[in-house]
Amino acid sequence: MSLQTQDYLARSGTNALTPPPRARDAQLKVAKLIDVSICIGCKACQVACAEWNDLREEVGFNVGKYENPLNLSSETWTVMRFNEIEENGKLQWLIRKDGCMHCSDPGCLKACPSPGAIVKHANGIVDFISENCIGCGYCVTGCPFDVPRISSHDKRAYKCTLCVDRVSVGQEPACVKTCPTSAIRFGTKEDMKHVAEERIAELQSRGFANAGLYDPEGVGGTHVMYVLHHADRPELYNGLPKDPKINPLIGFWKGIFKPLAAVGFAVTFAAAALHYLAVGPIDPEEHDEEEKS
Amino acid sequence: MQVNRRQFFKICSGGMAGTTLAALGFSPSEALADVRAYKLLRAREVRNTCPYCSVGCGILMYSRSDESGNVKESIFHIEGDPDHPVSRGALCPKGAGLVGFVHSKDRLRYPEVREAGSKEWKRISWEEALERIARHIKEDRDANFVETNANGVTVNRFTTTGMFACTASTNEVGYLTQKFVRSLGMVSVDHVARI
Repeated sequence: MSLQTQDYLARSGTNALTPPPRARDAQLKVAKLIDVSICIGCKACQVACAEWNDLREEVGFNVGKYENPLNLSSETWTVMRFNEIEENGKLQWLIRKDGCMHCSDPGCLKACPSPGAIVKHANGIVDFISENCIGCGYCVTGCPFDVPRISSHDKRAYKCTLCVDRVSVGQEPACVKTCPTSAIRFGTKEDMKHVAEERIAELQSRGFANAGLYDPEGVGGTHVMYVLHHADRPELYNGLPKDPKINPLIGFWKGIFKPLAAVGFAVTFAAAALHYLAVGPIDPEEHDEEEKS
Repeated sequence: MQVNRRQFFKICSGGMAGTTLAALGFSPSEALADVRAYKLLRAREVRNTCPYCSVGCGILMYSRSDESGNVKESIFHIEGDPDHPVSRGALCPKGAGLVGFVHSKDRLRYPEVREAGSKEWKRISWEEALERIARHIKEDRDANFVETNANGVTVNRFTTTGMFACTASTNEVGYLTQKFVRSLGMVSVDHVARI
């Protein structure tokens, strides 16, 4: 294993003065586009994800919901969310593939205190480097979409990698490839926006006046985008946040307090060193005699 | 270890200096990190057809080994075949999970028979199975073949045995299945693809 990807735009717990190697950053941004209006909730993406990533969730129990498994976990990196919305006497079944959104401004990475445990590649993929993970769980609270999960086995955080191992050799993510209805598409972020535009125009012409793209600005845009038929109310889709933002406290702790505290440390240390040089050490014998007398 | 007050302060200030530098991001060594190694790099890739339904999606099966004589191959990954005209790389959840089917402990690996009145399944050889099936068909056909109906019209029907054929068949296999079944006079024939 090496560091020769040299395309890290950001690296957790790393000072801006010593940035990660990023010389090879002239790369096109990739994006996954999930069109919830085409999705039939077959869960092929879930299976393909588990298969490719060698994940096997424990077999659970049926609790009367379509979600299976019930939630994301360290062994389930994507899960279909099913919501039944009844409005104006019409039932709508809204199905959303949930998982990491690969934010351009990732809250998990900002919150992470461990150097290099979370990295953002030049193509936009946000990946967890589990070797460096200390299992503190800050990424879980830092994520505006509630995606990362801490494993109960090894106490490290896990989430969708956007199949970084496939994408880095020129393939598409496993979920994208397997999708039988083409509800999941993959390409450059720009191309995906064009595909989305076409779909949105189509949806609008079919009576979904509020159809639109979900690419929230609050997290700098995402590399997993949704086409929603009700883009004005993303909360309908199992509580997709309307305007996701990184908790301002994280900005305070990591952006202001941490550097201040570091400077405080440095100043204290420097003052102590200066004091040692200027005043010199206390003669212990003299000191001890004083104490004795 | 004996530490006097002076040494204690030295240790503390040394520790603080180190912590400060690390906190400022000047860690002495970069932690190693890279993307996960691509797991199919030199795997043997074989094309096949998904065995489940009549859509017959193309699959790519990956096994370890390069066919070296000393290696027993084992399929460890299956995904869609992008060159297949039917599925173009896509697979439904059943197809996407085929590798679990390959290695399932419940998978049927050889012909078995449960004799009348028995609760046990007994393993038999392929020859035995084919022989047995042929014998059953022959005996049943000999006993129940209907040559003419009530009006004396020749119908050549064999209604007491049916055939349920395999799914992922090509048109040609479907044609042969029809040929075989109809030549016996069999009326009940079906499979998931509804030939």
